[in-house]
Amino acid sequence: MKKVLIALIPLAIFFSLITLLYINMGKHSEVLPSPLIGKPIPGFEHQTLHTRQTMTQNDFLGKPWLLNVFGSWCPSCQYEHHLVRALADSGKIKVVGLNWKDETNDAKNWLKRWGDPYHEILVDYEGDTAINLGVYGAPETFLIDAQGIIRYKIAGVLTTEIIRNDLMPLIEELSL
Amino acid sequence: MNKLIAAFFCLTAMPSFAIEVYAFETPEQEALYQQLAKDLRCLVCQNQNLADSEAGLAKDLKDQVAEFVMAGQDAQTIKQYMVERYGDFVTYEPPVNASTAFLWFSPLIVFLIGALVLYFSIRKNRHE
Repeated sequence: MKKVLIALIPLAIFFSLITLLYINMGKHSEVLPSPLIGKPIPGFEHQTLHTRQTMTQNDFLGKPWLLNVFGSWCPSCQYEHHLVRALADSGKIKVVGLNWKDETNDAKNWLKRWGDPYHEILVDYEGDTAINLGVYGAPETFLIDAQGIIRYKIAGVLTTEIIRNDLMPLIEELSL
Repeated sequence: MNKLIAAFFCLTAMPSFAIEVYAFETPEQEALYQQLAKDLRCLVCQNQNLADSEAGLAKDLKDQVAEFVMAGQDAQTIKQYMVERYGDFVTYEPPVNASTAFLWFSPLIVFLIGALVLYFSIRKNRHE
């Protein structure tokens, strides 16, 4: 009897491993945790897309704001665009676009076609600020508080669930 | 004969398209750059390193690495720069901490179990 039980051990281990792998199969995610949460937004100096003013991170101090990384070359940005608009229209938060590695004319045409919800658009033509922010794909959205600290990051497209469950509660907390 | 020559070139063709044109001052800098491009992960295609990746972001990151190397920075500083921005995932060496302890030490545990099994079975055989 004892021998039978010992002989069954490898089989039991095998099946528990299979179960473990099966359970975790659906959980795989390419979304990486950002080491920048809780840290100040890296310094930048960018021109705005429309008015060609130079703006730095200090121009945004005082109120929480969202930084939405987008490009006209990015189909997912178009996909989430109506949600960016909804956020901007809600009046609860300032929404700033970071136009990442894009040609000015392409960006302007894209915004003409799909609408321009942004309160301000910064042009990151070289992609330096994107690297400093640890951006690895567009779209990405950062929530930055009134003191310039990054509080939350969404890598990938915004969804109504993310906005309702994660983003909005945080925005309300920061706006108090 | 032509076919033979063609076959020869096919067989000796090397994947040399990964060569970049950075003007390094010394062979050491070049080597350091090559090493870093191998050790850093491309964040877009997450199972490739920077050297192998053709993604736009990988190119930007390689430019950045090359710039640092030319400015005389060492490997540690450059890796730290990447980790500060992209997290531990950007290197292929996970840090030893509470959440990765199992990853690091499970081989040791398996080895110890094996050693114990071996020890007891040898002892048993001797007694018999």
